[in-house]
Amino acid sequence: MSDEYEHKLEAKSDYAGDASSVSTPDIDAVPDAELPDQELYHSHSWWTTYVFSQDAKYIGIQYALTAIGTGLLGLVLSWLMRIQLAWPGLGWLEPSSYYQFVTMHGMIMVVYLLTALFLGGFGNLLIPLMCGARDMAFPYVNMLSYWAFVVAVVVLLASFFVPGGPTGAGWTLYPPQAITAGTPGYNGGIILMLISLILFVAGFTMGGLNYIITVLQLRARGMTLMRLPLTIWGIFTATVLAMFAFPALLVGCLMMTLDSLLGTSFFMPAMVSLGETLTHEGGSPILFQHLFWFFGHPEVYIVALPAFGIVSDLLSVHSRKTIFGYRMMVWAIVGIGALSFFVWAHHMYVSGMNPWFGFFFATTTLIIAVPTAIKVYNWILTLWRGNIVLSLPMLFSLGFIVTFLNGGLTGLFLGNVTVDVPLSDTYFVVAHFHMVMGIAPILVVFGAIYHWYPLVTGRMMNETLGKIHFWITFIGSYAIYFPMHYQGFVGVPRRYYEIYDSPYIDVSTLLLNKFITIAVLIVGAAQLLFLYNLFASARLGKKAEKNPWKANSLEWQTPQMPPEHGNWGKEPPKVYRWPYDFSVPGAKEDYIPQNQPPSEIIGAKVEKT
Amino acid sequence: MSKKKSIFQLLTEKPWEQDQIEADNEHQGQTVNLTKQKLGLRTLMAASTVLFSLFIVAYSDRMLVHDWRNMPEPWLLWFNTGILVISSLVFHQTTKYAKNEFFDKTKNGLYFVGFLAYSFLIGQLIVWYQLMNTGYYATSNVANAFFYLFTTIHALHIIGGIYFWGKTTSKFIKKSLKKEEINNLIDICAVYWHFLLAVWLVLFGLMLSS
Repeated sequence: MSDEYEHKLEAKSDYAGDASSVSTPDIDAVPDAELPDQELYHSHSWWTTYVFSQDAKYIGIQYALTAIGTGLLGLVLSWLMRIQLAWPGLGWLEPSSYYQFVTMHGMIMVVYLLTALFLGGFGNLLIPLMCGARDMAFPYVNMLSYWAFVVAVVVLLASFFVPGGPTGAGWTLYPPQAITAGTPGYNGGIILMLISLILFVAGFTMGGLNYIITVLQLRARGMTLMRLPLTIWGIFTATVLAMFAFPALLVGCLMMTLDSLLGTSFFMPAMVSLGETLTHEGGSPILFQHLFWFFGHPEVYIVALPAFGIVSDLLSVHSRKTIFGYRMMVWAIVGIGALSFFVWAHHMYVSGMNPWFGFFFATTTLIIAVPTAIKVYNWILTLWRGNIVLSLPMLFSLGFIVTFLNGGLTGLFLGNVTVDVPLSDTYFVVAHFHMVMGIAPILVVFGAIYHWYPLVTGRMMNETLGKIHFWITFIGSYAIYFPMHYQGFVGVPRRYYEIYDSPYIDVSTLLLNKFITIAVLIVGAAQLLFLYNLFASARLGKKAEKNPWKANSLEWQTPQMPPEHGNWGKEPPKVYRWPYDFSVPGAKEDYIPQNQPPSEIIGAKVEKT
Repeated sequence: MSKKKSIFQLLTEKPWEQDQIEADNEHQGQTVNLTKQKLGLRTLMAASTVLFSLFIVAYSDRMLVHDWRNMPEPWLLWFNTGILVISSLVFHQTTKYAKNEFFDKTKNGLYFVGFLAYSFLIGQLIVWYQLMNTGYYATSNVANAFFYLFTTIHALHIIGGIYFWGKTTSKFIKKSLKKEEINNLIDICAVYWHFLLAVWLVLFGLMLSS
């Protein structure tokens, strides 16, 4: 690609000459392309087509399947933990395995499922298609990114098979306990976990580079930033956050690896372990906490922002209405992204800090609720007087709004230091973060899969199975997490591997634990239904027509569906409008795709928003 | 090509208004007038800057604990710093040669830069060797550990740079790319070299001053 300035000027003056010679102005006219069409890599063997593919769509599917596969393990781990909690008398799990499962469940779900699925999966699938590009900016680097992720997953899973098993330090991996005798996996599992995270960060950086450059530089003609679907805004902003946040995780992981392997004292204080004085001296455990949460809090939004973006598009398409307050939605995404770097220490209220410090972080935490609330209002106003179709994506989006609101409100409680201190080690926190960053984004994931499935396979997923899946998942997750709020209020501590009838624990807690576990088993089993639907529909599903949801965004306007290699056939699309022109008065159809030339929709008048 | 706009202007566009629609239809699909490689490098440098900044924050925080004992800086480090400065200057000159299509001068410049980069790495290894011989192990004090960590991470960045320097040089010699394309790559490597010099100066200055 050339960026010679003279070249540009020349092209521009050429165009000016052409335009003046044409007498009647054509309303479809756009200036000639100044930038050359993207060069494509064409695979020439089975390996480069199906395994080391450089096609972003294919990499997206690879990412998604690997992430979902890893996530299933996380799901099974949650079953095992819940059975232990409901029937502690069975002796189902050793204490050490319980902690190992907690740790692996947390890390897998947050990093290896949600981050990889939203950015690696949906990012790769949707960014080039929605921006009107032929592929990512650096397809080879993109392929490396996926395989680094695969190696990271393999290393992570390998920790189940080393002596001592995986680490049981909790997903936050706080030193000194993470690498001190007495914690499960303190000398084998933790090292593999840290290496796996380092690989994940390296792989993600390569992918993130692609997402950023593709969104910024390789869009179709006419596709300005403010004409991008909110999905892309969400994924893009989340990627920027990740590029700034993951280095903190990398620093923490590297220094802890050295503490553990070489015996340095970055984080390890002088301490006595099992009667022996360790050689470490002077290290600062709280430094690790700061590094971890400087990554960990933006991580919440790395997962949430793509979900916000996707759900905005789903709501707009399935209620046949313009998204309410597009610009405000973009600003909210960007604003939340920026603010997310100033709230991290609200995870550390009980670690001991200057009260003014806590005051500062409580304030920023509450401020971040403002743009978030704007988003929730805008989603509801998008639905207002819309032509709501209760399709599967819509059901899941509605489920998301309610669940996110719920989890967000408990977040307001926990953001205040005085409320957080008594609640922070109870099930209230467990309920809060599962609602807000477990269930809510997962509902969006499901909605998005039902929505974009025809784009990937050319077939629709089964509606009945999908509805059963939705209702079990939606009601089931409330059956699981509502009681946990109550348990938190009555003071049931989290991280205990068994809770017996005792003067300190209410008998209702024990009953609720059984109830929750039964709900967990049912909800988990319902996901098998989803998996069946996912795989069986690829063969048996009803054939999808082109643009089955009558959406405006570019991914549905490819010449073939599913799109082929290179996405756009001969000519990349030209974009004439934003993707939210639904139910425009005067138009023949109730939607106007982004690439439909103005001459085809004469008479349609877009209402002012 | 659209006029240069600030991020604030971009974010306040109203894509549904008629004038904006007409202006937007002329948009060519690029946000900034840079090649994708140049913008990509800037993105990576931004991420890398965050990484090193966090290391520096960790260093500054850890320094305050009483067990901190300063490490002597061998004179060889000054020599290595000099190598890095020279390699940056040479690379700067090489980009000028490349622009003026002095093939041989550019080729020699590229070779010299590579030689200097390898010399720097070897120099750093010798510093390690000297320090370990005099008993400054990573485990004996955290200041030493930080030194080894910083030099390793910086060296890994240099090794990455050498990889791309190698690819660029071989493409340059084979003349497999158009003039602008190869100059673009040489420019990018040069910018990266300056970046790594700046990172090293900051890290070295930090270790000297504490």
